[in-house]
Amino acid sequence: MILNCVDERILELKAGDIVYVTGEIITARDKAHARAAEMLKNGQRLPFSFNRSIVYHCGPIVSGDRVISAGPTTSERMSPYAPNILKNVELMVMIGKGGMNREVVEAMKGKAVYLAFPGGAGALAASKIKKIKGVFWEDLGMAEAVWVFEVENFGPCVVAIDSEGKNLYEGVEKRVRARL
Amino acid sequence: MNYEDVVNAVSELIVRAQTELPSDVVQALRRAYEIEESEIARKNLEVILQNIEIARRSKLPICQDTGIPFFFVEVGTELRLDFDIKKAIREAVRRLTPSVLRPNAVHPLTRENSGDNTGLGVPIVNIDLVDGDRLRISYMPKGAGSENMSQLKMLLPMETGKIKRFVVETVARAMGMPCPPVIIGLGIGGSFDVSAKLAKKALLRSLDSMNEFELEILEAVNSLGIGPMGLGGKTTALAVLSNLNHCHTASLPVAVNIQCWANRRAEVIL
Repeated sequence: MILNCVDERILELKAGDIVYVTGEIITARDKAHARAAEMLKNGQRLPFSFNRSIVYHCGPIVSGDRVISAGPTTSERMSPYAPNILKNVELMVMIGKGGMNREVVEAMKGKAVYLAFPGGAGALAASKIKKIKGVFWEDLGMAEAVWVFEVENFGPCVVAIDSEGKNLYEGVEKRVRARL
Repeated sequence: MNYEDVVNAVSELIVRAQTELPSDVVQALRRAYEIEESEIARKNLEVILQNIEIARRSKLPICQDTGIPFFFVEVGTELRLDFDIKKAIREAVRRLTPSVLRPNAVHPLTRENSGDNTGLGVPIVNIDLVDGDRLRISYMPKGAGSENMSQLKMLLPMETGKIKRFVVETVARAMGMPCPPVIIGLGIGGSFDVSAKLAKKALLRSLDSMNEFELEILEAVNSLGIGPMGLGGKTTALAVLSNLNHCHTASLPVAVNIQCWANRRAEVIL
């Protein structure tokens, strides 16, 4: 299915579903998460909004006005910051790779889903980005800045963690533990 | 051979490695796609193979994490060079940032980005002397997602039987984070620091060159079922590549360097 806006319909997505994203996404990784968490803690307003946004854990290569490679980065590094961000939103979609920890899965319940895009598929991801709509916090550097992209049929993304707490990675992890 | 020749050859090497995956790696990914049965595992491998094709055709970086640049240089003893090879390599890296390379190098404490992929000790260049009159430069960009999942352990000298277990545990701890199916560089012996270097250098080997010892560890790793991108499946690793060194009778250093499926590497001989 095509996901083209963040509304209550995201709560109907089930772990294992495959979706393609069309519309606006914003990138945020380590430094942006750390800065946003700090600002939210101090009651400051962010220059962009996580609420009803599609947040992509990604540090793209941007050359001039063109995105040339933009696959996902390891989402787990964003786990310490995500619960606090989730507390401040009504609905949110995250795109990344590798999954997130238990506290995040708990904080996502009833308001957020996590989509997995194949790691390393940077050239293919870039081909789905139609336009750079803006950039925030460029002082953090190219990879760490918050980029606003217009995407079309961005995917395939697998719903890896749904809003009811069903987590595909957890199932795999249980089997791996049993086989160790 | 002059300074500019090396800068140009290294630039060409970097672009080639970043945009074209070696054929042995592509073949291994195709075989993985053939044997996977779960829909999600197949989908992930299908996208990975499509991405490799797009990157090759459009001359775009396969992955946005263009890594920290590693170079292994072999200098023939009959060769006479009147310039600094490290400087030439550094210049090539600088010229390709950010048209091909993402600025990745930061100061380890201030986290300030140098903006051009150079900095304290970066690019990382290893130079060896060999017989002959040629200059051989191998390049390997190393991304952080997989590098972060690597581990080193000083085993007891008689624990050679525990090496396999250590590799399997390292992969199990990494789960989907290093972008599986991974390639495992295994450095055994030497010393604390040498084992890590052996593991890294092993990643330059062809995936088709595995011996029985390596195949046995590979089978154990793949029985875990982590699968492509950690979403389950038969292919957790494409290869285990080891590199050995004699070591002290009282020690057994073992290093596991994890490499994502995008096992980018290339070499040039001048």
